[in-house]
Amino acid sequence: MYGRKVKLRFFFILLIISVLVLSVFLVLKSLEENVVYFKSPSEIKVVGELNTKKIRIGGMVKKGSINMSTDEVNFIITDFKNEINVTYSGLVPNLFSEGKGVVAEGFLKDRNFFEASKILAKHDENYMPPEVKAALEKK
Amino acid sequence: MFKLFEPNKIFSITSKAPKYVMVLFILVLSIGLVEALILSPEDYKQSHSVRIMYVHVPAAWISLGIFSSITLLSLSGYIFRNKNFFLIAKSLAPSGLVFNIIALVTGSIWGKPTWGTWWAWDARITSMLILAIFYLLYLIAWRIYEDKEQVLKITTLITIFGIINIPIIKYSVDWWNTLHQPASINIMSNSSIHSSMLLPLMIMTAAFALFSLLIFLMKYNTELIKLKNKGLDRL
Repeated sequence: MYGRKVKLRFFFILLIISVLVLSVFLVLKSLEENVVYFKSPSEIKVVGELNTKKIRIGGMVKKGSINMSTDEVNFIITDFKNEINVTYSGLVPNLFSEGKGVVAEGFLKDRNFFEASKILAKHDENYMPPEVKAALEKK
Repeated sequence: MFKLFEPNKIFSITSKAPKYVMVLFILVLSIGLVEALILSPEDYKQSHSVRIMYVHVPAAWISLGIFSSITLLSLSGYIFRNKNFFLIAKSLAPSGLVFNIIALVTGSIWGKPTWGTWWAWDARITSMLILAIFYLLYLIAWRIYEDKEQVLKITTLITIFGIINIPIIKYSVDWWNTLHQPASINIMSNSSIHSSMLLPLMIMTAAFALFSLLIFLMKYNTELIKLKNKGLDRL
């Protein structure tokens, strides 16, 4: 139906796109370490060396773990397999609460203890009116 | 097949259609805004700041959709040697860039009260910024290249590079840990967004799509006029 040149151009484009997709895939694969915004507590447990670089740890704020004093907040980040203690002094975002997602940025003191210099709240993909939430909780 | 795309026939449509599209756009936008800002409920967790979503999400969708369309049109134009495809692509680009920037800015405004930061270099946000850069490159290329054949090749090449980024934007939230939440709306399974919030989202998406159509028709009309004037010059 189409001429030889049209087909030729079509396959040429196809070739370019395949090569590009492959190379981008390989680049992202090799950069994976840096593409992830945060690490989970489980990933922290298995790191070989505790380097002194600033890192981010993300997970859920363990229920009942938030301990607020006058100038410090202590809580536990969990991914339901492993957990890590976090200490932070400063203002926490509005959405920071127990049982919700959180990302802490700071320095690892040891494998169980993290000193955060910044706290970000990570919210999930669920959106609903308060009444629906209340109804769901009753169930 | 491509008789349909002949400039002269389309010209009569593109010069008349904008006013009707404009009326429809204003109508849909008013309904959408009333739904989004007044009638829809607040979120159980974010309360009123969830309303930013009704601008943020449609804008992001439209900007992704327009870039995909531009790429398809450029590739078709290149493969079938049809200049009109390129003109359509060129006319679509500005509103794509505008919605891309709107998505980035509203995302930033939404991020401050929810996440606690204006900006994060996570995979979703960064890849969205890269898309904006590709839009800019694409539009700049149309501006600076005088030679017609050259500009068609270069803009096509830009779209080929840019299109790789589209699936990365879409799946960034699934492939890597990101601060940005995963998608709420999924064709394959149930949405995790309540229907009372889904409705304004859809109406706003329709409104933004109409706005893109309006800007596209006006831009395209201008391109066709330019084309006609060139023809006269030659006489």
